[in-house]
Amino acid sequence: MDFEDSPEEAAFRAQVRAWIKANAPRHLEAELKTAGFADNGIRSTDPLAACRDWQRKKYEAGWACLHWPKEYGGGGYQPIQRVIFGQEEGIYASLSGPFGIGQGMCGPTLMAWAAEEHKQRYLPPLASGEEIWCQLFSEPASGSDLAGLRTRAEPAADGSGDWIINGQKIWTSGAHRSEFGLLITRTDPSVPKHKGLTMFFLDMRSPGVEVRPIKQANGQSEFNEVYFTDVRIPDSQRLGAVGQGWEVSLTTLMNERLSIGSGMSLGFPELFAFCMEAEIDGRPAVDDSAVRSRLATYAVRQSGLKYTGMRAITALSKGQTPGPENSIGKLVAGAAMQELAMFALDLQGAAGVEMGDDQPLQGRFQKMLMRSPATRIEGGSDEILRNIIGERVLGLPGDVRVDKTVAFRDIPTSGRQKA
Amino acid sequence: MNLDFSDDQKALQDQVRRFLAERCTSAAVRRIVESDETHDRDLYAGLAEMGVLGAAIPEAYGGVGLSKLELCLFAEELGRVIAPVPVSSSIYLAAEFLLLAGSEAQKTSWLPKLAAGEIVGTFALTEGTGRTTPDKVKASVRNGRLTGTKVAVPDGAAADLAVVAARHGTGEGADGISLYLVDLRGPGVERTVLTTLDPSRKAATFTFKDAPAERLGGEGDGWHVAGQVMDRAAILLAFEQVGGSDRALEMARDYALDRMAFGRPIGSFQAIKHMLADMYVSATLARSNCYYAAWALSTDAAELPVAAATARVSATQSFQHCAKNNIQTHGGMGFTWAFDCHLYYRRSNALALSLGSLSTWESLLIERLRGGNAAVA
Repeated sequence: MDFEDSPEEAAFRAQVRAWIKANAPRHLEAELKTAGFADNGIRSTDPLAACRDWQRKKYEAGWACLHWPKEYGGGGYQPIQRVIFGQEEGIYASLSGPFGIGQGMCGPTLMAWAAEEHKQRYLPPLASGEEIWCQLFSEPASGSDLAGLRTRAEPAADGSGDWIINGQKIWTSGAHRSEFGLLITRTDPSVPKHKGLTMFFLDMRSPGVEVRPIKQANGQSEFNEVYFTDVRIPDSQRLGAVGQGWEVSLTTLMNERLSIGSGMSLGFPELFAFCMEAEIDGRPAVDDSAVRSRLATYAVRQSGLKYTGMRAITALSKGQTPGPENSIGKLVAGAAMQELAMFALDLQGAAGVEMGDDQPLQGRFQKMLMRSPATRIEGGSDEILRNIIGERVLGLPGDVRVDKTVAFRDIPTSGRQKA
Repeated sequence: MNLDFSDDQKALQDQVRRFLAERCTSAAVRRIVESDETHDRDLYAGLAEMGVLGAAIPEAYGGVGLSKLELCLFAEELGRVIAPVPVSSSIYLAAEFLLLAGSEAQKTSWLPKLAAGEIVGTFALTEGTGRTTPDKVKASVRNGRLTGTKVAVPDGAAADLAVVAARHGTGEGADGISLYLVDLRGPGVERTVLTTLDPSRKAATFTFKDAPAERLGGEGDGWHVAGQVMDRAAILLAFEQVGGSDRALEMARDYALDRMAFGRPIGSFQAIKHMLADMYVSATLARSNCYYAAWALSTDAAELPVAAATARVSATQSFQHCAKNNIQTHGGMGFTWAFDCHLYYRRSNALALSLGSLSTWESLLIERLRGGNAAVA
């Protein structure tokens, strides 16, 4: 056992390190360190432009989308090399935020399902950051039950073969700045819900697309609602066959859980530092046995996630596929962040109620408290993740589904219950 | 980056697993639990013969001369079948004390016997209820004779030899503590076998009255050496806890697939499924923390004290969590003597108290992170 690179990995790391050192936007480093939720910390220039500059630079040097084939704008590298690049990129990796969903989820879906000319047209600008993509899946009435979605796609009456889209999506990250979107729709309500879906991609500037930011419970706006009113999509932008949308969406979601779950921080180092400063009865909080017990519990979760990640990297380094243990990442991190924030505020006492930059660690725990409910829901809720672990890792049977064989239009819904 | 065991190490682990599957069945464990036998002597002899006991003891002292990494994997297997044998007391503790602090003569006379399973060793520290701090050690040695009482000595029923922490003079605090080797078959030793949570490994209380005692290591080094050995033993015990966690989870999973209620397997109910998923999460965190600790143990890294406490806290939480929810998954059947669930519940809770309880290790972990001998992340 060791934490060392193999000779090939070390050589690759040295190459990456030299390039990052020579090219990274070091004038932004201080600002990036002030990043919060939904905010990359950049104030001195347009935050999105700063992201695009760094992405383009990486693209031109062959460091964008390292795991993609070179012909589509990627680097053609091994998974372990992608991990090493990420480690060396360090804080500058946060500049990739706006491209994460496009490159992490939409790109692989296009790679698997799009026509060759579309891959050549759309993948390179997605890799370079020139074009941003969003994922139009969740709806007000279908979150965890994604296959219950209602946005309709119907053949155009003019016989052109185009499709006409009507409906609403929600929780779409980055829709307001996206050029393109991956859109799942219902094309046949007369068959069971999983069978009547079809996937498309569309130009987000198409007539009839309206993007409205959502004001979240924490006051920020990271997500949008997207409304579709008679939006026209050419049939050539269909991904997979009509009715095959569910299968296509699984490609996307598989990639979502991989990208969101990796390397999440619980905020433990910040809590630990705070407990060294904060006092209970005139002594450092960290001297208190109850505080120690809580801290230890968070410490072993943080450390357990860290070394679970390293076990996955070990597998990649040996050219193997990581085991299912990585599925625990977001489940552990989301709940821990929320508990940890509540605990830190408890130690702050009555003064902890104030949200503001003059609070300990610039109010980080207050912000964490207010953002953490979303972490436990987005990209697969805690409950969905437990189902996945239970069914795919432990091999337990699926739940009984009363709607599985029923025509979609006959399924009881919140506004349409059976007597 | 290589945070995994080698294929050769895993092959050895597999051999031990197959041996234990055959020799350490539920019936074998129950024979010890339900009788006055101190431990499964045949099994212990078999483990000695396979080289499990001597795995990490150098060949010069009758061992096999493998590394601590192999011993970690063997510990996992022993934990998985809740083996009714005193490996942790005799090997993780007594042998480690000898290796770390013993004189050449002491090593030569005792290690080969421990490796061969001819004798059983243990470590006697605790004298009463509560967290053991230096001031609670009252047993003392005068002119080579030990007097005092040690309670809940692990595997005390089976032990022939004890490493005993005792005061060498009138000095107080940690500096007044030294370690002594005491032959438990000799004069001045009164042994009372205890009824405990986990009768698969029988603890005992010892009353020493002028028992012959030979110092192990330097005068006044006792507390310090004990800390080092307990860190190392904690890592190996954590591997036993990880093995036990995995087995408890498997038992629960198998039962949830098999047991029907309301016309369907109970594992299809989310209440059960999510409980099992959470057990998997605990077991996975513990395993990853243990791999980190195995690395620290095998390389004698500066991070060892933090890694040991991390693995110990994580694995204790995991085994307790998995063992209690294994009973819960089994419902009423899980609370019968006939099902094995209680054996794992017993072992998980006994291990949680052995070598310093959970709250003690939590506190140690935080002290050590504060001391800064590993990154806080």
